[in-house]
Order: sequence, then structure tokens, then C-alpha cells
Amino acid sequence: MTKVTLKNIVKKYGNLEVVHSINIDIAHNEFIVLVGPSGCGKSTTLRMVAGLEDITSGEIKIGDRVVNDLAPRDRNISMIFQNYALYPHMSVRENLGFGLKIAKHTEAVITERVDEAAEMLGLNELLERRPAELSGGQRQRVAMGRAIVRNPDVFLFDEPLSNLDAKLRVQMRTEIKKLHKRVKNTIIYVTHDQVEAMTLADRIVIMRDGFIEQIGTPLDVFNFPTNVFVASFIGSPPMNLIEATVDIKAGQRGNLLFPEDIVIPVPERLKNAVKHGQKVVVGIRADDLTPVNHGIDDASEKADLNLTVHISEPLGTETILFCSIGEQEIQCKMLNPYPVAADEKMKFKLAIDKIHLFDHASGNNLLGSLNG
Amino acid sequence: MKKFKKIANWLATFAVMLIICIPGLWVVLSAFRPNREILAKPAVWIPEYLSFDNFYAIFGGGKALIAIPVPAYFINSIVIASTSTFVAIVIGMSGGYAFARFRFKFKNSIFLGLMLSRTVPGIALSLPLFMIWGRIGLIDTKMGMIIVYTALNIPFTIWLIDGFFRQIPKELSEAGQVDGCTRWQAFWKIEFPLAKSGIASAAIFAFLTSWNEYALASNLTRSTDSKTLPVGLMDFTAQFTIDWAGMSAMAVIIIVPALILTFIVQKHLISGLTFGGVKG
Ligand SMILES: Nc1ncnc2c1ncn2[C@@H]1O[C@H](COP(=O)(O)OP(=O)(O)OP(=O)(O)O)[C@@H](O)[C@H]1O
Ligand SMILES: [Mg+2]
Repeated sequence: MTKVTLKNIVKKYGNLEVVHSINIDIAHNEFIVLVGPSGCGKSTTLRMVAGLEDITSGEIKIGDRVVNDLAPRDRNISMIFQNYALYPHMSVRENLGFGLKIAKHTEAVITERVDEAAEMLGLNELLERRPAELSGGQRQRVAMGRAIVRNPDVFLFDEPLSNLDAKLRVQMRTEIKKLHKRVKNTIIYVTHDQVEAMTLADRIVIMRDGFIEQIGTPLDVFNFPTNVFVASFIGSPPMNLIEATVDIKAGQRGNLLFPEDIVIPVPERLKNAVKHGQKVVVGIRADDLTPVNHGIDDASEKADLNLTVHISEPLGTETILFCSIGEQEIQCKMLNPYPVAADEKMKFKLAIDKIHLFDHASGNNLLGSLNG
Repeated sequence: MKKFKKIANWLATFAVMLIICIPGLWVVLSAFRPNREILAKPAVWIPEYLSFDNFYAIFGGGKALIAIPVPAYFINSIVIASTSTFVAIVIGMSGGYAFARFRFKFKNSIFLGLMLSRTVPGIALSLPLFMIWGRIGLIDTKMGMIIVYTALNIPFTIWLIDGFFRQIPKELSEAGQVDGCTRWQAFWKIEFPLAKSGIASAAIFAFLTSWNEYALASNLTRSTDSKTLPVGLMDFTAQFTIDWAGMSAMAVIIIVPALILTFIVQKHLISGLTFGGVKG
């Protein structure tokens, strides 16, 4: 059982605090993805778990051991670096077997484990080559192989796919997921790509400026973002965020007043969370704002909107439509596409129950936080 | 027209090379000719008589004009140059690694200081060195020369080796540590092999500096205890005679190891490692 626990972890470089007292509990076998914009402290956090960076204060446990003062070699972890960090002066075989050799395993054991890993990752043909003679995807695979052969308790990945082209990235993403199914180890994975995070993670940790904004399953963070930042970070296209004012007349359900005199009723599930005159930010996913006859047609409550389409971006099965409400550009999704003329006026349906309301000042979800 | 240009090119190159090489060639040539042919007027361009007599003579055999303890000088040169090179490389490696990998206070100032120390011409140090070495009894000792040459070479070795370590991404050593190495093992098994050619070049340059140095050595050495080959060359000038033949032979003995080492440097500098393990 290899749980990983980060308790009140702080990291300072000199006087500059870059990670502010974060807490993460990672279960055995869990695939955790740290995601966030550049410079938010993801790599630093990962490197503290690896032991490559000192912890200013707090406690990191791997299994039942506090590892704060253990060297990387004593933590039984493997790390896969963004630039692969293969040893240029060793063949692929030597790269894979290096950790075992250092651990003084016998030649026979090394050969067996290396061959096994090479088999698993399709590297058999490449074993005698040098890293310089491999393609990006092959190098990536060798880096993964080198991590696997040592059979560590925890795998750490730091943006392993960001040097690959788009197609290969998708392919390797699937391979990493398969790898996790097979080796069943705890994985901590860093990326700034929210699609990677959504597709790989059991749970996502969303970070910003050294703070954790939300921890949850991909569906949790998608369906229930705790604040405006998470809402705009997760999901593609990003959630539309529009300012509105709450208007409740005595005895009535209440409305959200948008610019351009657009009025939408407050959804049932949110009516107790708002009060008259309150300024809010309304979050609407593109999927929930679709042209009439070109969206999901279920029985849920809908509101009608007339919007002008400025630009359309056909993606094949769907088309993204760019409209605006007041000054705010918003994106809508059209299913079963048909050609749209520029500046065409269209009727849209908004799935009222799917909208999110955030406090205007703090940006927090008005329903509070799902995980406390 | 094209052909003419090509020929002109060759001729020009040949002329320039001739001007550069003639003194060297003359020394080598003189090493194999008797003194009287060297001194002949008008000059004898095409040697009539070539032999190893001069070499034989300076190593004590045959009829030497002036007896010189060449073997002792040779040993001094070897001991002083190799020891000072070894120490300069050990310190250069530690220093270069520290500058490339660690952050510490006044790092840039220290580095700049080291580089500035190279701007002082060695000969400017000879008087102060002479006085200090005189006080502490290091005049005319191998140790004295070793210390001087080590100090002279350290800024250079640090600078060169720092550059080579800088080229090696720090993730390689980190990957090694995660793979089970101590920091020390990661250095010797991963970073050192990659910087090896750089360290070898630094070593060869340092060796040549010590091997060829004349100005300081001529002030700080006096006897067979510490005199090096370049200083020993001056022994061939007596009050009334100069043994050009012996001197040339000895010059060849100095040049040959330097030449061999230079060829090795060239090979190392050209064969720069390819860092394929890392995508840059
Ligand atoms: N050695 C250092 N000294 C000072 N500040 C540092 C150092 N290393 C990182 N930082 C700072 O710490 C913060 C977090 O860096 P970190 O590398 O963890 O970001 P990241 O989330 O991995 O970003 P990216 O997606 O760009 O890799 C950044 O603001 C960075 O400038
Ligand atoms: Mg990073």
C-alpha cells in the first residue's frame, strides 16, 4: 500500500514563497494529476516529493514513512522528466538497466527485467541504440521503461508529453493510461494541459500561484468548479463567464439580468443561494448554449436567447459559434452542423439548470465548495 | 581563369605557410646538423650531413661542446607539468562543477575575479613571487614551481570545465539520483563521462602552459633540482659560445611532446559529444 501524503507543504526560495501550505492525500494506485498555468508550482511540488528539492516546512509521507529528509534514492520512486533525461553515453539497454545495476542486481536479473520492460513498451528493436538515434516518441518510451524496471512505489511524471507533436501526444497519453492499468502504482503527473488532466486522472489537483484551488475527479471539477478560475481552466472551450445582477420580486422565482436586456430565470437548484440585487458571475458551458434544433433536446428547462454569430469554427461533428452578450464574447456549440453565414442571427436554447453562479467579488461558487 | 585562380590561391597559401613555418623548420633541421653547417656563411640551405649526433651529445654521449644535464631537466619538466596539471584539473573540476551547478553568494564576482586574474601577465608576478618564495624557502624547488603553475592554470581550467558542465542538463544527474545513485555516484557515472572530453582538453592546455613556460621558471629555478627544459635551453649559451646544435636538439625534445598533445586536443575538441538523451 503506497499512499502519498503532503501535509502543509511550504516551499520558499529565499524569501519568495512559491508553494503555500498545500495538502494532498493520494490513495494507493491513484492517478493524480497536478494541473495549472505556468509557474504555479506544479514542478516544484513534484520535485519535493522526489526529493530533488528541499521542503521548507510541512511533511511528505510515502507509504508510512516520512521522507522529508530522505535522499531521492531512498524513496523508491521513479521520475520521468520533460526532456526525458536519458543518459546520452549509454545504449537504450544500459539506460533501462542503470537503476538495477546501481542497486547491484545480478546480470541475469537485469537482463530479464530490461527485456520484460522493452517487450511491454515495444523497444526490443532499439535496445542497442543510443538515445541520440531515437525519435522523440521512442525516447519517451525509453524514459518510461527506465522508470518501470525498478518497480517503484510511486511514478512521478513532469510534463512528459509536452515535447511531442499533437498526434503522438494523444497516442502516448493512451499508453500512459494503459501502463497505469498494468503496473497499478501510484502516479503523480504534472501537466499544464487540462485535456491531458481530464483524460488521465483519477483525481485532478488544480493549482494557481502556489495554492490548490480544487481537488476532485475530472467530472467533479468539470461539473462543480469551486470558483471562476477552475471554471475557466477546465473544459474546452473554456466556460463563458458573464456578469449579471439578480432580480427577485416578492413571491417570485427571480431572474438574472444580463446586458442587452437579456433575462434568464434563476435555476431552481440555485434559487436559495442568491438574494435580490446581488452581483454575480454566470458560468455557461458552450455545450449548454446551443442553436435551436442543433443541440441536445432533453426535457430540462430551457431559456430562449437571440444572438448574432460573429464567427463560426467548424470542427467536424460540432461547430463552435462565437457570439457576444454586451462586451463579453461567448462561445456556443452547434451539433449536427450546417453552414452559418457571418453575422447570422440565430435562436439559441440555454439549459438553465446547467448554469453556474459565482460570487462577483470573490469568484467562489455560490453553492459553496463540494469538498469542504 | 578558374584554374589560374586556384593556382594563385595555392601559391599564396604556400607562401604564408612558409613564412610561419620556416623558423620552426630551421630549428628542427638544425637539430640534425653539425654546428659548423648551422653557422656557415653564406647559409647552407640544403643540409649535406644529417645525424642524431646532437641528441647523442646532449644526453652526455660523444663530444659535447657544453655539458648539460638534459635528463634531469626533462624529469623536472615532466614532474612539475604533470603534478601541477593534475592538481589544477582536480580543483578545476570541483570549481567548474560548483559554478555550473550551485547557487551561492558572490558567485558572479568570484568568477569575474578568477577571469581578471588571467589579465595579469605572468612575468609581472615574478618579483613578488621571488621575494615570497625566497622567504619561505621555495626558490629552486619543484614544489615551488608546481604551486606557481597550478595557480596559473586554475582560473583557466575552472572556466573551461564550467562551460562543459553547463552543457550537461542537470536533469541527467537528477535522473541518476532518482535511479538510485548518491550525488557522488551520479557525478562519476553520468556527468563525468559526459564532460570527459572537456576535462581532457583542459588538462592538455594546462600541461602545455606549464611545459612551455619560461619567464617565471627562469627566475625561480637555478639548479638541476628544479630547472625545466625551456630554462635549460639557456645553458647552451656560455660566455663566448652558443651551442646552436645542442640547443636545437633540445628544442625538438621540448616540441615533440607538445606537438603530440596538441594533436590529441584537436581530436577531442572536434569530437564534441552529441547530447541525444535530452531534447533541447
Ligand atoms: N530555483 C528557483 N529559484 C527561485 N524561484 C524559483 C526557482 N525554481 C522555480 N521558481 C519559481 O517557483 C515558481 C513555481 O515554479 P514551477 O517550476 O514549480 O512552476 P510550474 O508550475 O512547473 O510551471 P511550468 O508549467 O512552467 O513548468 C515559479 O514562479 C518559479 O519562478
Ligand atoms: Mg514545470
